[in-house]
Amino acid sequence: MSLELAANMGAAPKAEIPSDSPLAIRGMTVSYGQKPVVFSVDMTVAEGSMTAIIGPNGAGKSTLLKAALGIVQPLAGQALVYGKSLKAARHRIAYVPQRASVDWDFPTRVIDVVLMGLYRELGLLRRIRPHHIEKARACLERVGMTDFADRQIGQLSGGQQQRVFLARALAQEADLYLLDEPFAGVDAATEKAIIDVLKSLRSEGKTVVAVHHDLTTVRSYFDRVFLINTRKMAEGTVDDAFTSDNLNQTYGGRLATGQIDQLELTAG
Amino acid sequence: MSGEEFVPLSLTPMLIGVLAAVACALPGNFLVLRKQALIGDAISHVVLPGIVVAFLITGVVAAAPMMLGAAGAALVSVVMIEAIRRLGNIEPGAAMGLTFTTLFAAGVLLLEQSDTSSVHLDVEHALYGNLESLIWLDAIGWKSLLDPVALAGLPSELGRVVIALLGVCAFLWLFWRPLVLSTFDESFAQAMGIATNRLGVALVMVAALAAVAAFDAVGSIIVIAMFICPPAAARLMTNRLEHQVAWSVVFAVLSAVLGYVFAGYGPLWLGFDNAVSAAGMIATVSGLILALAACFAPHRHRSRAPVV
Repeated sequence: MSLELAANMGAAPKAEIPSDSPLAIRGMTVSYGQKPVVFSVDMTVAEGSMTAIIGPNGAGKSTLLKAALGIVQPLAGQALVYGKSLKAARHRIAYVPQRASVDWDFPTRVIDVVLMGLYRELGLLRRIRPHHIEKARACLERVGMTDFADRQIGQLSGGQQQRVFLARALAQEADLYLLDEPFAGVDAATEKAIIDVLKSLRSEGKTVVAVHHDLTTVRSYFDRVFLINTRKMAEGTVDDAFTSDNLNQTYGGRLATGQIDQLELTAG
Repeated sequence: MSGEEFVPLSLTPMLIGVLAAVACALPGNFLVLRKQALIGDAISHVVLPGIVVAFLITGVVAAAPMMLGAAGAALVSVVMIEAIRRLGNIEPGAAMGLTFTTLFAAGVLLLEQSDTSSVHLDVEHALYGNLESLIWLDAIGWKSLLDPVALAGLPSELGRVVIALLGVCAFLWLFWRPLVLSTFDESFAQAMGIATNRLGVALVMVAALAAVAAFDAVGSIIVIAMFICPPAAARLMTNRLEHQVAWSVVFAVLSAVLGYVFAGYGPLWLGFDNAVSAAGMIATVSGLILALAACFAPHRHRSRAPVV
């Protein structure tokens, strides 16, 4: 871990934040009531990488993202986006919340949800022009949902809903993509479609961070991992940090040895 | 009915009823979608002490002080609900119930104790509205609509409703996008930098404005029907928010017009002598429209998202 930090920061002292990192979190502490959910967490996201945030249920994975985005108020700590304050760099972030966090019975169509991604461009009163619709359609095309543009969102399957959420994030034309469990409860075809889009984003030089649950796909989907259980447990490339030692420490023995053996881990 | 009779006696009450119903139904769409419909009820109740206090301070029942009083009361109630919820560790529904019944009771006591005999402000009107009494005595027929002298005699309640409705429309027009965004997906809206909390409070303030308008028309008890019934029925008609809002306006107008007519003439048609309360009938009609929509509207069977 300290090696990782040193590698990211070059010769700079430990506490200094690299100015070019898409997302640098320092000392982030969040509590709900008395119980700290995230405690003094540092995270440095490498530009152009795909990072999986991994940890057991209730480990603070989603909360860490939300605190970085200012959605929940931290007790302490800060997040810098491309070396700037959140306020100054918000437009460079696209966020995909958990699918279950919204009411899909809301009276709106697929295309309208994608157009929400253009809010910063449209502002309060600017008219939606044909080129905005074009852009939204192109985003739907990337996730294979063009045919569903006029459907009410409640009529979609869970996987289709997740793709619509991703299309909305694409419409934001951001540099940093933060996704909260994008693969939760989706079908295999959707999972493939989503990972293809995320990988193509990476090849365009964008940075992707996703809360991820399925340890078996970490190695094939991501190049970096961030292990958390309230505190940061490990951070680094999959080869360096996705080790059985780190996983055991993070999950506190909640993973069966057999499970760990199947993950093709680097020897701890 | 001839213009000589209709214009002075029925035109203004009907118009005030319609405008008030629309003013409530518009923000009601968002309250219902945010599952905050009860806030509409809470607001309509706390508006009463606000209006009474405004009257006691200024001594007049005019639009500006009434609205300020109502907005102030709404703000106090929002703060009170939050305070009770956090300090007392009480669930939001109970905190809301506690706040609005207490403030409403305080308003009734205040109203009973103060001398409001000179103005149209007493407990009964506050509770049930006084739509039937909002007549336009200066009018002698349709041509009075073009007569400046007669127009000057229009009931001041009409001006109040118009201001409230304009305020509601301006708010929804200006903040439509962030309102929709934060109602559908609050965390995404926050990640976009939208101040969702402030927007939520603003929506409640606008609902308070609408409640002032409805206060004249249907009183503070029945106004909850105006906030909920037209939008809830409209939701069953369509799967698009823009269309839902349009339908809610149609249903609000229908409720007000039919309610007023049925209240005035329905009992006569049935062989009774006296007309019944317009406010009660308007709320009843809006409930009936909701019932009909629940039985026959096209989008009443919505599929829940299948879990993959």
